[in-house]
Amino acid sequence: MAYSEKIIEHYEHPRNVGSLPKDASNVGTGIVGAPECGDVMKLQIQVDEATGRIVDAKFKTFGCGSAIASSSLATEWLKGRTVDQALDIKNTDIVQELALPPVKIHCSVLAEDAIKAAIADYRQKQGGETVGEPQLHGNKIG
Amino acid sequence: MAVKLPIYMDNNATTPVDPRVLEAMLPYFTQKFGNAASRNHCFGWEAEDAVDKARQQCAALIHADAKEIIWTSGSTESNNLAIKGVAGMYADKGKHIITAMTEHKAVLDPCKRLQKEGFDVTYLQPGRDGVIYGEQLRQALRPDTILVSLMWANNEIGTLNEIAEIGRVCKEREVIFHTDATQAVGKVPIDVEAAGVDLLSSSGHKLYGPKGIGYLYVRRKRPRVRLTPILDGGGHERGMRSGTLNVTGIVGMGAACEIAGREMAVEGTRLKALRDKLEKGIVSGLEGHGVHVNGHPERRIPHTSNISFAWVEGESLMMAIKEVAVSSGSACTSASLEPSYVLKALGIGDELAHSSIRFGLGRFTTEEEVDYVIEHVVAGVKKLREMSPLYEMAQQGIDLSKVEWSAH
Ligand SMILES: Cc1ncc(COP(=O)(O)O)c(C=O)c1O
Repeated sequence: MAYSEKIIEHYEHPRNVGSLPKDASNVGTGIVGAPECGDVMKLQIQVDEATGRIVDAKFKTFGCGSAIASSSLATEWLKGRTVDQALDIKNTDIVQELALPPVKIHCSVLAEDAIKAAIADYRQKQGGETVGEPQLHGNKIG
Repeated sequence: MAVKLPIYMDNNATTPVDPRVLEAMLPYFTQKFGNAASRNHCFGWEAEDAVDKARQQCAALIHADAKEIIWTSGSTESNNLAIKGVAGMYADKGKHIITAMTEHKAVLDPCKRLQKEGFDVTYLQPGRDGVIYGEQLRQALRPDTILVSLMWANNEIGTLNEIAEIGRVCKEREVIFHTDATQAVGKVPIDVEAAGVDLLSSSGHKLYGPKGIGYLYVRRKRPRVRLTPILDGGGHERGMRSGTLNVTGIVGMGAACEIAGREMAVEGTRLKALRDKLEKGIVSGLEGHGVHVNGHPERRIPHTSNISFAWVEGESLMMAIKEVAVSSGSACTSASLEPSYVLKALGIGDELAHSSIRFGLGRFTTEEEVDYVIEHVVAGVKKLREMSPLYEMAQQGIDLSKVEWSAH
């Protein structure tokens, strides 16, 4: 399969690979996907509690090149946004930016789910309301 | 000396034409272009002689008689002709067929079509080693079984089925035995007499011959196997496969078989050494951590290795070694978005199926190439593991099988 240059660029130089302290109250973690399906994304945000802005974002992804590129791009876009603005990131924006082929659209959907799950986790820690349907997407470890 | 990139290590998918094969073929395009069925002029005779010679060459490699070679367009057609041909000819004797879950689609799909037409098909499932054994077949046979179709060597993992024993069981029970030997012909010794094979499929492009040519070996004695043809027409190939013969392809296939017969032993030893070096190099580079060689470790064709790399997805690893052409069992590389059904049949789990890479060495693979591949696979896996949430969780001692994943 031929990849767009942007996918290859993100794959070869992924932004923000790593982990944030998942127990910190200002860190939200979303893990979506399943190993049997061939992709799992972990996406984390660190929020400045005073301003509500995302000051850092990290990811780790098990998946194809498009999944890695989608999550890399997502972390790039998350930084500097407020939590509310972060929810504006849509999978279709990722599809467009990376020129994902139709068979890879699910990678962008997964990235959007990961963002939502991370925000839901953050909001829950802050004692606030959850949004959308995050419980559907977050994984429980048990 | 620097290796020349890209490196081709996908010789189970197809092989390049050996230059000696090409040379044998060339005159038949422009000078000796006759129709082998033209019985009344020298152009036809010349073509027919070439076809006869190639029949000998192909037959000799599998210890068959030249008259038992039926030219086809390749193994897909050979498998279709064998399976549908037997079903059509012997349906009044019974409607049960036995094959395996690990067969190529060119066997499975004809079987599925026959199921729609009222045949009953048993799909044997191998154990973790991928091998189908004679005993397993014996237990699946029924009085109404008319055909057993089990491959000689598997195209994804290279595993060799227990063919001689399977052939013996079939002879005992007088059931026709077809084997898809696409990955085995020219790679390991084949003797259709010793193995009790009645029908055998082979394809030119897997053994350094051209694409679009192959044959079906059809036994003529003890028993004489008859087939209902798929193509009706001029009655070529004893009526089993009509159509003007692909003389250039046939000449190439013959030359490829002759070369393989001469060089197989030496080539097999060389490739096995390189394949083993590749596996050892990768395993030791990753300190044996999360590296699984799929299929039977010994019962294998010498040039194939299928390895799963835990916590790393196959397609992303292919991107990491983008100068090396290999195949993956990952869903992301298949049109169906399903991981390899062959690996799933072995019961290795979808996760490891997604993480698999097939390395197919070949006649033109060099030791320098193997060294390059070891180095880049090890580096790629390490890089991707650093990026993998599964690896991180495994490092933290989390049992991944106990995590409640959100399927999607
Ligand atoms: C085991 C097996 N059977 C059948 C085929 C199909 O062969 P062909 O390409 O000659 O139709 C292949 C090749 O992909 C194969 O590996």
